[in-house]
This record gives sequence, C-alpha cells and structure tokens, in this order.
Amino acid sequence: MLKVEHLTKMFGGLAAVNDVSVEFGANQINAIIGPNGAGKSTFFNLISGVHQPTSGRILLDGTDVTTMRCDHVARLGVGRTFQTTNLFETATVLDNLIVGHRLRTHSGLWDVLINSKRLQAEEKAAREKAREALDFVGLTHAENRYIADCTQEERKRVAFALALATDPKIVLLDEPAAGVNPEETEGLAELMKKMVKNGLTVCLIEHKMDMIMGIADKIMVLDHGEKIAEGTPEEVKNNPVVIEAYLGSDHDAAA
Amino acid sequence: MMFKLGALIMHPASKYALLALALLFPALAANEYQVYVMATAFIWAIAVYGFNVITGYCGQLNLAHGGFFAIGAYAVALLTADYGWNFWPAFIGALVITAVLGFLVGAVSLRLKEHYFAIFTLCVGFIIYLLLDKWEELTHGAIGVRGIAAPDGFGLVNFRETIPVYYLILFFLVFIIWFTSRIQKSLLGRTFIAIRNGDDLAESLGINLMKNKILAFVISTTYAGLAGALYAGMIRFVGPEDGNILHTFNMITYLLVGGIGTLFGPLIGTLGIVWITQSLQFLEEYRMIIFGPLLVILVIFFPLGVSGSFLTWMHRKAQALGLGPKKVQQESKVNTAREVENNA
Repeated sequence: MLKVEHLTKMFGGLAAVNDVSVEFGANQINAIIGPNGAGKSTFFNLISGVHQPTSGRILLDGTDVTTMRCDHVARLGVGRTFQTTNLFETATVLDNLIVGHRLRTHSGLWDVLINSKRLQAEEKAAREKAREALDFVGLTHAENRYIADCTQEERKRVAFALALATDPKIVLLDEPAAGVNPEETEGLAELMKKMVKNGLTVCLIEHKMDMIMGIADKIMVLDHGEKIAEGTPEEVKNNPVVIEAYLGSDHDAAA
Repeated sequence: MMFKLGALIMHPASKYALLALALLFPALAANEYQVYVMATAFIWAIAVYGFNVITGYCGQLNLAHGGFFAIGAYAVALLTADYGWNFWPAFIGALVITAVLGFLVGAVSLRLKEHYFAIFTLCVGFIIYLLLDKWEELTHGAIGVRGIAAPDGFGLVNFRETIPVYYLILFFLVFIIWFTSRIQKSLLGRTFIAIRNGDDLAESLGINLMKNKILAFVISTTYAGLAGALYAGMIRFVGPEDGNILHTFNMITYLLVGGIGTLFGPLIGTLGIVWITQSLQFLEEYRMIIFGPLLVILVIFFPLGVSGSFLTWMHRKAQALGLGPKKVQQESKVNTAREVENNA
C-alpha cells in the first residue's frame, strides 16, 4: 500500500527524518510512535507532500509520489488529520464537511455564474458525501451544530469525517486521541477499526500506548529521525532499544 | 420576541423589501444630497464586497485593495478624458485592466503568507498611490484628471444627474450581491473558506492553494475596479488621493463592523458607517472621539460584526428551540433595511 524507501529530510544540518524505510500494508492499522521530536509529524508531512524529501522515495500503490504536491497526493487518496484542526467555528458541522469532496469536483467560476447543471450535481454529491462521512463517524445528530459548540471529541470526529469525505485510500491521523478522555479514546479507537473494516488503511501517530497496543497491527518506532524498531505491538513492547529510547538507559539517567 | 423579529429579518422576502426600499429611496430622501451620499456609499459597498471575497472568505488580508479601486477609476478617467473613449468601453477596459493587474500582483504576492502578504500588499498599495501621484505623463500627477465622460445613457437617461446615476449604481450593487451570494453558497466559496481556515488543512483536502487564492484575488480586484470605474463616472474627477491607503483602512472598518465573511456584512457596515459619519459631520474632526471607542467596543464584544453576531445568535437560538436549520441559513436582510430607514 504505502512503501517508503530510504526517506531522509534535512532541515539545515538536522536530519528530522533519517534513512527511514518501511512498508505499511493495506487494510491495517499502522502506528508510528516515538518520543517528542522524533520526526513523526515530519514523516507524515513528507508522505502527504507538505515537505519535499531530501532523498528517498515514497510509493503509494506503486505510484511514485515523492515529489508530488500536497493537493495531488490528496487526490490520489491520502487523507489526513492534524494535531489541531482549524475549522470554521461559526458554521455548522455539515457546512464544514461539504468542501471535503471538492477535490473530486470540477466546477469553476463560470459554473458559479451560470449556476450550471454540473455545479448543481456536484454540490449535491458533495453534500451527500459529507452526510455519509458524518454518519460514518456517528455525528449525524450534530449536523447543524456550530463547530464552536462541539466538544473536543466531536471535533476530532469532524476532522476524521473531513478526511473521509475526500474518498481516501489511506488516512494519516496525527495524534487523533490527544486531549480526549479515556472513554472517548476508546470510541475513537473503535472508529479506526471501523475504517479498516471498510477497506481503508490507517496510519496514526499517537502517544497513548494503551490504545496503540490494543489496535495497531504494526508499529514503527522513530527516535531522533531514525527507525529504531518495527513490528507487532508485542515485539515492540519487549524490544530493549525501544525501552531505552522511552525511558533512557542507565547511562542517560546518571548523566 | 427578539427571535421572531430575527426570523422575519431572515425571511427570503425581506431582501425584496430591502430592494424596494432602495428603489424608493430617492423619493423618500429629504434632498438630492442624501441620494448622492447613498450612491457613494453603494460604490464603496461594491468595493467592500470585493475586499470580503479575498479577506473575508479567502482569509488573505489584501492591503492594496484601495489601490485597485483607484486603478479602476483612473482607467475610466484616462481612457475617456485623454483617449476619447466612450464611457462603456472604458468601463469594460477598467474591469479588464484591474483583473489582469490583479492576476499579476496576486501571482507574485500570494507566494507570501499571512502578515508577510499583508505587508507586501501594503507596499503595492503605496506604490500604486505613488505612481498616480508622480507619473505625470500618464496620470496628470497631483492635479488629477478632469473631463471624464459620464456613463452614456444612449439618449434615454442622463447619467449626469444624481438620481439616474443612483439607479445605475444600485443595479451594479444588486448584481454584485447576487453574484457574491452565488459564490458564497457554491463549492467555490467553500473552497475559499477552507483556505481561510488554514493552508495546511485546505491542501490536505486536495485544494490547489495558489490557483484558488489567485482566483479570489482577481475576483476581488475586479470588484474594486468596477467600483472605481463607477466612481469615476459619477464624480467625474479623480486624483491621487483616491489611491490613498486610508481608503483601504476605511474598507477594513466597514467590513469588520458589518461582519467579515458574511454576505450582508459589507452592505451593513458600509451604509451604517457612511451614515453615522454623515450624521456626526457637525462634530468635524472631533467625531473620531465618538467613533474610535465605538469601534473598539464593537471589535472586542462583537468580533463577528453586526451581521455575523446576528446570524450566530439566531442559529443558537434556533438550535435551542429545536427548529430546523433551513430558516437560519438565509442571511440577514431587513437589518440593513432598518438601517436605511433610520437614516433616511
């Protein structure tokens, strides 16, 4: 599904991501973990085209997307959410979601001026897509609520729905469960499982280990931009290198 | 009670009531001067609608907006006074010139983001002003341009008189509001708003940032050019002061007061402030003593402006009452009608 080969990103002299190779299988939940500043978000930014890698290749279903611009990558089926999602606060949830399907439409200024058939059809499709995504994340009842009146957890779900409205094949979720309580975290984990069940591939960055260990099919551990481990939750949990990265070795503790 | 009044304001029929009021205004006005002031306010409102497209919807603070207004005005002025064009061809010329210049300036300046973009366009606005003031061979320099052709009425109407020109401007204002509402409701408007919410998120939704920002920029400069062209046709004198950066800041004020990013915000803000300014004329320069604090209070307590605050309040009220959203999605209308009445 997503194959990354020797990916490196230098910011000046600093290697934010250093020679990372990994393969994420389709229809799985893949997690990326690591201490703060390990290069996890940069890794996402490289895949989604926000940053251009210094070297290495990124293949999406065999297509080379390494140097593609963000909006092209999105059109190829990479959806994503951010640590914080800035939405239109004084607009309804549904209004915020309709634009999600924009990348599958073609109407321009001229269609707007003459209110063309194409525009009407596309707007209808975008609205339906938004409703569908809203239903998927279980927020249909909040359709007409302002974003400003939504809880943190609801906002997370709206962000999921927005990514889903783009018709993605793979979704990159950056700390989806940050700032929500344990009960809600469980709900979001269920939602990710549901995505996979519906044929999506999920990639997430997360710090909540309980959740990761419970749902991930595969975990990649980054530290200082390098991949230090990869495997099933069980393998990663018992890997001494990972434990050292998280807790520090005796040497570090002494220093 | 308040809610019912609000629902009445948002009723689709209200906009026709508002239009009827605008059509009757010359008959209701006490004197021709009031019609003249209203026509000028309409011209500014058109320009503010353009400002709303790039800044309100698309979120890019374009401080060269007043400059494009001046370019539109000078295009008509120079083409008719110096090159002997008829008004209407010059009018079309002004739209084309502001659109093309908008494209060129946009393509360069929109490479910058946020306050860098604002500062860059501030400079562009000032350069436009300097060109109007100093490039004497083309612009006549500080003395300005006289002898501008009035809009040609083809022997049917005389647009040199205030009342016919009022209706001409009203026609364009209505067209602009109609067109803007089309944009706002459409996927295109939603695309602009997505960009305002954040470049990163918009891009991740597959939106081509540059293409859409330039489009919004060109739409906005063309609106400004349209307003400038009407201004030249009505006042029939233009000078470098029309390109003063102050006009841009006035437009920001109109937009903030009326409600940034709303359909009727530009109209409410522009008409409201123009008439308040008129009624405080007797205070002369001291009127800022009243005006300043008023603005500060408004921005602190009603950051969404008159229209935005009203719509938000109505929406929450409707939600609380368990009413459907349909009614609420309409924009406020009679709000302005009331303002017009109060001031007439």
